[in-house]
Amino acid sequence: MSKTLFDKIWDAHVVSSVENGPTQLYIDRHFCHEVTSPQAFNGLRARGLRVFRPELTTMTADHNTPTIDQDQPVKDPISRNQLDTFARNAAEFNMPLYFPLGHQKNGVVHIIGPENGFTQPGMTIVCGDSHTSTHGAFGTIAFGIGTSEVEMVLATQCVLQSRPKTMRINYNGKLGKGVMAKDLALFTIAKLTTGGATGYFVEYAGKAIRNMSMEERMTVCNLSIEMGARGGMIAPDQTTFDYVKGREFAPKGEEWEQKLAYWKTLKSDEGAKFDLELDFDAADIQPMITYGTNPGMGMGIQESIPTLDQIDEAGRISFQKSLDYMGFAAGEKLVGKPIDYVFLGSCTNGRIEDFRVFAQYVKGKKIADNVTAWLVPGSWGVEKQIREEGLLDILTEAGFKLRQPGCSACLAMNDDKVPAGKYAVSTSNRNFEGRQGPGARTILAGPLVAAAAAISGKITDPRV
Amino acid sequence: MEKFVKLTSTVVPLPIENVDTDQIIPARFLKATDKNGFGDNLFADWRYNKDGSPKADFVLNNPSFKGSILVAGKNFGSGSSREHAAWAIDGYGFKVVVSSFFADIFKNNALNNGVLPVVVSPEFLADIFSDVSSNPATTLTVDLENQVITNNATGKAESFEINPYKKECLLKGLDDIDYLLSKKDLIEQYEATRK
Repeated sequence: MSKTLFDKIWDAHVVSSVENGPTQLYIDRHFCHEVTSPQAFNGLRARGLRVFRPELTTMTADHNTPTIDQDQPVKDPISRNQLDTFARNAAEFNMPLYFPLGHQKNGVVHIIGPENGFTQPGMTIVCGDSHTSTHGAFGTIAFGIGTSEVEMVLATQCVLQSRPKTMRINYNGKLGKGVMAKDLALFTIAKLTTGGATGYFVEYAGKAIRNMSMEERMTVCNLSIEMGARGGMIAPDQTTFDYVKGREFAPKGEEWEQKLAYWKTLKSDEGAKFDLELDFDAADIQPMITYGTNPGMGMGIQESIPTLDQIDEAGRISFQKSLDYMGFAAGEKLVGKPIDYVFLGSCTNGRIEDFRVFAQYVKGKKIADNVTAWLVPGSWGVEKQIREEGLLDILTEAGFKLRQPGCSACLAMNDDKVPAGKYAVSTSNRNFEGRQGPGARTILAGPLVAAAAAISGKITDPRV
Repeated sequence: MEKFVKLTSTVVPLPIENVDTDQIIPARFLKATDKNGFGDNLFADWRYNKDGSPKADFVLNNPSFKGSILVAGKNFGSGSSREHAAWAIDGYGFKVVVSSFFADIFKNNALNNGVLPVVVSPEFLADIFSDVSSNPATTLTVDLENQVITNNATGKAESFEINPYKKECLLKGLDDIDYLLSKKDLIEQYEATRK
């Protein structure tokens, strides 16, 4: 029988099935960070358990960390306590892959995973973080879990999951000039809405996806959760194999050859059935921005915010509440609106290609006087590349500074917060109320739109 | 985990759609290393002014609305996977959340903490909102054994879905980790087949 890519990987990881219940799924790689893990380690302690397979968990501190002066003690005592707790848990449970603040492998969890070769095709991957879907770019089943489930994985290397429905989204044709992976994702979320893929695991396919680099594919899969999907995935191909090969934790020698032969079988068979299949024409996608307070409230940069009569009656209160928060009016165009902050970074757009795009645009130009920009590489690996490729010189010349790796202004958990009422064009993943700081107003966009906003100080179409 | 069998309570209505977990518990409150105290910061940015005083217009600060059932607009719990959202709801004293649609991860997290998410039809949900707004003393009864939710203002009832395994867990107060620990031999067998 023909199988989908999802079926192949899922079926290969079933340990048992609970009668009338979920599947016991084996997990190949568990990523762990300081915010969603302490209560899980407490749970192990309370039950007198050890970590079952410590070598299958990779630990990095990223959410609750400063992005300057990382060599100094963390100032906020509550944050410091959480980081110290993370360190104590790593030591007490003999975790061999622990990358604390300042470690050369430290960085945003979904960036250091692929960068170091932990992420490999065919795997099941979980993390107490909803953007775990990022790793699906390699042809993996990767999804976010809660802390109770983190405890389950630490204790048994398994989780209990109900089998999701499958959806395939095909993007035919080519993306236009100045249109990027982030735009494709925001376009899709706007079409499906923030709950439109709930209950599904999504496979992204079609020519526009095949043409993407691994980093672009990661951006697309990263945002799967923003339309409610359990995860997103892309079948591995030569682009994937070339990326993985030679990375520190990737298979080597004979093991590489064996794995590669298996990885080449990881694609949806012809005639495989999906519960839902959608088609989009890549040429229809414009550079995107969001105007509201969830990632589904997005539009082409030249378009206008919908008017109230275009919104379902049950949703009008929420829609109006959202626009009031943003300080925008229904039916309004946003091009030319002044902004205050620009954030380049996060697990969505904190990779080297994002910095290349940004640097190329700002080369020979100057940052606008009204803009504060936070440029935050996703890892020390990305930071090193920024220096080695000469991007830092370009950025410095244009008036930008580089910060140290971390989740930074994506989630207002650390010191990088956008003040109340200020507008931030952000390459991150969520524009929820208060996401970047209490009262902060977030406009999600790709790195190119962010670069254009940083230079003009306004929402600007980078193509003109 | 605490058992859940049947509950009758007045409700707290929150007729907002797409309530994300950043609203349920903002990220700056996620620095704790235990599960206690999150209830105080449930919906913090909607509930409190900058100086910490309560915002009079938010439902949790309205003395007319009390109870251990939260009723919310569709797509409740979207966004971040933070289980702190479930801890905050539980910590505040809610045992049931009713909506016409829940985000996946939140639903799992709630069930893993003995909080029951009940999915009702959009019409049933709209009726609750209007009945509660005209009479805050309106109660709902949630009967897990029979999988029925009743609006006691009208007597209208609806059945709701729950995975039979999860239902058993809630009725008995068992959690998934107990189950998985009992399957250790199967896990080792599985690992051996993959070598």
